Amino acid sequence: MLKEPKMPILLQMFLTFFKIGMFTLGGGYAMVPLIQREIVEKRGWVEESEFFELLALAQSSPGPIAVNSSIFVGYKVAGVTGSIVATLGTTLPSFFIILLIAAWLVGFRSNPHVEAFFKGIRPAVVAMIAAPLFSLSRAMGIGWKGLTLVAAVAMLVAFAGFSPAILIGITAICSLLYGIWQKRRQQGA
Amino acid sequence: MQIYLDLFIVFFKIGLFGFGGGYAMLPLIQHEVVSEPHKWLSMADFTDIVAISQMTPGPIAINSATYVGYTVSGSVWGAAVATFAVCLPPLVIMLLISKFYLRFRENHYMEMIFAGLKPAIIGLITAAALTLMNSHNFIDYKSIVIFVAVFIATLFKIDPIKLIIVAGISGIVLY
Repeated sequence: MLKEPKMPILLQMFLTFFKIGMFTLGGGYAMVPLIQREIVEKRGWVEESEFFELLALAQSSPGPIAVNSSIFVGYKVAGVTGSIVATLGTTLPSFFIILLIAAWLVGFRSNPHVEAFFKGIRPAVVAMIAAPLFSLSRAMGIGWKGLTLVAAVAMLVAFAGFSPAILIGITAICSLLYGIWQKRRQQGA
Repeated sequence: MQIYLDLFIVFFKIGLFGFGGGYAMLPLIQHEVVSEPHKWLSMADFTDIVAISQMTPGPIAINSATYVGYTVSGSVWGAAVATFAVCLPPLVIMLLISKFYLRFRENHYMEMIFAGLKPAIIGLITAAALTLMNSHNFIDYKSIVIFVAVFIATLFKIDPIKLIIVAGISGIVLY
């Protein structure tokens, strides 16, 4: 944990997560490129190599991925207070915007400009989720064995409706057993 | 007072059992909010919330908590209670997971587990991208042009926030 004065760090964290919460359009994974940019590259609160662990952990707990990721980063940087501040940062933008819409902007959805704006954003979000996949796999040094697993998980979730949480659990157990088996084999040889 | 308690319980439950985030949580939210015993929303209202969630930033669970909390109680407090309740279980569980992970990350067995999880997570992100390549997000050739342009820009590490804003403005210009 960082040993800097707590107040500026907490404020920085609140503002960073507020920004992420503000621009996470299109569901959980849309924040992956944002987190990578703001948390890993700009702030360095999470190392590149930890980024995957962060996503794995965020998937293994119930709740929105965006919220879970901010809890992890907040806790890592500034303990329990940090996690609460980060969560507030992530949720407050949606809270205020939805409140505004629920209270006054009943016609928000049918406004043609708003609709056109989102027609432009939707394919962009998909591109922002898809594009980093290649560099991520390369950075992780994923070989053919790993790619098979990537494809299997992608198919099971996208087309067979498997729950990501359950797949993570199964993968975790299998990796552990595989690791132990390999170690035994090496020791035996 | 009863309504606040009900809101708290229902959204606490959604936060507690909402694995998988985003769209994976939709059936659960729908079950709790539209069906018996509360019937807080009609199916049409619920569809509206999903649409509004797609148009506003933030997790859909948070969006629906805020929206339902406000409409059901007629006050900002209802929205606050429901939103707080949906965040509470993840906060507690995720804190425990983070604590455990940060303590045992150097552990040999943890390393084994994460070696296998890395490809699985890339698989999950791939799945998300595949599911989003649908007719709702891609309505015509202009969508594909935006997709390709942003795809290339992302490879060149352009700031995602700038890309979102530019894509939205292109949408207004093009449609």
